Amino acid sequence: MSATLRILKAGPGASVQDKGRRGFLRFGVTPAGPMDSDAFIAALLAAGDAKGAAIEASLGGLELAAEGGEIGLAIAGGAFDIRLDERALPSACVLRLVPGARLSVRAGAAGAWVYIAPLGRFDLPLVLGSYATHARSGLGGLDGRMLRAGDALKIVDPRPAPVEPMAILAPWLGERPAKSRVMLGPQQDYFSPEAVEIFLTASWRLSERSDRMAYRLEGPILQHLKGHDIVSDGVAFGAIQTPGDGAPLVLMADRQPTGGYPKIANVIGADLSTLAQMRAGDLLEFASVSWEEAVAARRARARAIAAGVALEPLLRKEFSPEFLLERNLVGGVIDGRKT
Amino acid sequence: MRPPPYESPRYLDAGEAALSVEFGDAVDPEINARVLTLDAALREAKLAGVEELVPTYRSLMIHYEPLTISRADLVKALESLAAQGASAFTPKARWRVPCCYDPALAEDIIEAARILGMSPDQLGSVHASGCYRAYMYGFAPGWCYLGGLPESLALPRRASPRGPTPPGAVLIGGGLSLISANPMPTGWYVIGRTPERMFALEREPPLLIEPGDAVCFEPIDHETFLALKARAARGEIVALREALS
Repeated sequence: MSATLRILKAGPGASVQDKGRRGFLRFGVTPAGPMDSDAFIAALLAAGDAKGAAIEASLGGLELAAEGGEIGLAIAGGAFDIRLDERALPSACVLRLVPGARLSVRAGAAGAWVYIAPLGRFDLPLVLGSYATHARSGLGGLDGRMLRAGDALKIVDPRPAPVEPMAILAPWLGERPAKSRVMLGPQQDYFSPEAVEIFLTASWRLSERSDRMAYRLEGPILQHLKGHDIVSDGVAFGAIQTPGDGAPLVLMADRQPTGGYPKIANVIGADLSTLAQMRAGDLLEFASVSWEEAVAARRARARAIAAGVALEPLLRKEFSPEFLLERNLVGGVIDGRKT
Repeated sequence: MRPPPYESPRYLDAGEAALSVEFGDAVDPEINARVLTLDAALREAKLAGVEELVPTYRSLMIHYEPLTISRADLVKALESLAAQGASAFTPKARWRVPCCYDPALAEDIIEAARILGMSPDQLGSVHASGCYRAYMYGFAPGWCYLGGLPESLALPRRASPRGPTPPGAVLIGGGLSLISANPMPTGWYVIGRTPERMFALEREPPLLIEPGDAVCFEPIDHETFLALKARAARGEIVALREALS
C-alpha cells in the first residue's frame, strides 16, 4: 500500500534533500543536501529514518495533501507557521496527514528553512547515490528540479504516525550562539591584518541576494592584499569567499566543490545551521576560534544528536497537573476493574 | 621560469573538517603532480575518517571527520605517506577523445585563431598535437580542466562571458584547455566539440576521466562527429581508454 504526497502550493525554494551527494566532489559534482542540517536531522529522527530524505521548504512556504492513504510527516526547522487545516501546530511536530486534510507551512516568526520528512520513503531514484536536489545541474530529487504546485511524491514503506500531533523536542535546536564562530583561513594571508580585524569586528547584514549556493554579506569592504584571484582550490561548506568587490559571501549547501577567490575564514560546522536560518536583513558577527574549540562544539552537537529526539503530546500543556493526575488514576482504576 | 613547488607542503584549514594541502601557488605540471601523487597515496591508504578528496591544480582538499581522525593524526599520516617516497607521478590511463574542429561546430575557433594570429585549421592541428593531463574538475559536473596546452595557444579569457556553451564543447582560455559537459556561460573559447559525454547519469560509469589521467584529442570531421554522437547518445563510450599502469 502506498500513498502520494501532493504539492498543492509551493513557493520558490522547495526541494527534496537528503544528507547530500558524497563521493563525486572530485568530478565537479556539488554535494547539495540540507541548508540546516540540525533541523534536517531532527525531522529525520522524528520520522524514524536517520538516513532518509525530506522536503526542504523556504520562506515561500508549502501546502501539502495526502492522496490514496494517510501519510505521517515530521516537521522541524525555523519558527515556521504550521497548520493542519485550521489547527495551529508547533513548528517542530509529527502529524498524520489524512486524505482531505491540508497541511500548510508558512514563514513564521523566524527562520528561513524547514524540513518535512515522511514516515516512509520517497519513491524517487537515487542519483549518484543520493536523493539530494541540485537544480543548477539538474540532479536528484524530483526530475532534478525544485518542487512546484501539482507535483506528486509517492511514499512507500510507510510507518504508522501518531493519531494526534506530537511536538518534537530536539535540545540541539534551541542552542543558538550569538556569533558565528569561524576558523580563519585558508587564505587569510590574502588580506591585511587590518582587513582580518574588520572582518571579525564588523556587524554584517545578510543580503537579499542569498540562496542555497551562497549567503552574501553587506558591510565594510575587505581590501585584498595581493589581488582577488587565487589558483582555484577546494571549497568547504561555510567557506567565506571574498571576490573582487570585497563583499564576502558564505558558500552554502549548493556551493561548487572548487573556487578561485580567496577565503578569509570558514564558519565552523556547529554554527552553520544557525547561519543558514538567518533571513535577509538579519545582522551577524563573527568570532575566531581554534580547531580544538570548533571540534569541541562539533562533538557536543554530535552527542546531543546521538541522544535523539523526544515526542511530547500537545494536549498535556492544555490541562492542569491535577487533571492529568486524576486522569491517570481513573485510567488505573478502569484497568484494575477490567482485570 | 616556472614557479617551483614549496619545499614542504602547507597545511591550510578550511574549517575543522577540511584540510587543504597546498604544494605551490601556480598552475604547473610539477606542482600538480605532487597533488595527484598524494591523492593516489591517500586513496590507497583508506584512512578512517577521510571522507572525500578533491585534487585541484596546486592543492589537495581533504574533507574529513575530525571526531574520527584529528588534524594532528591526519597531518602525521600525510607526512608518513610523503616520507615513504612516493614515486614520480604516472597517469593510470590515457584517453583518446574524438574532437571536431570544424568551425560549423567549433563556434569560436575563427575568433580565437584571429587573436592567436593563425588559421583555424592550424589552431585545430596544434590543439590536437598536444598531450594533456586532467588537472582537476570544477565549475560543474564533468567540466574537466586540462594542463599541457601548447604555448602558442595561450590566450587570455574573455573580459565578459560568452553565452552558454554547446554540449561537449572543447575550450581554451588562460593557458589551459577544458572539456565541458552541460551548457554554461563561460569566458573561454569553444575551439572544438567532442561527441563524448563527459557526464552521463544513465551510463556506467557516469564520469570517465579521473583527475591525473592523460588526455589527447583525435581530430574528426563533422560527419564522424554526428555518427559518434549518435552512438554516444545510445550509451556507448566513444572516447578510447588505454590503461598505462
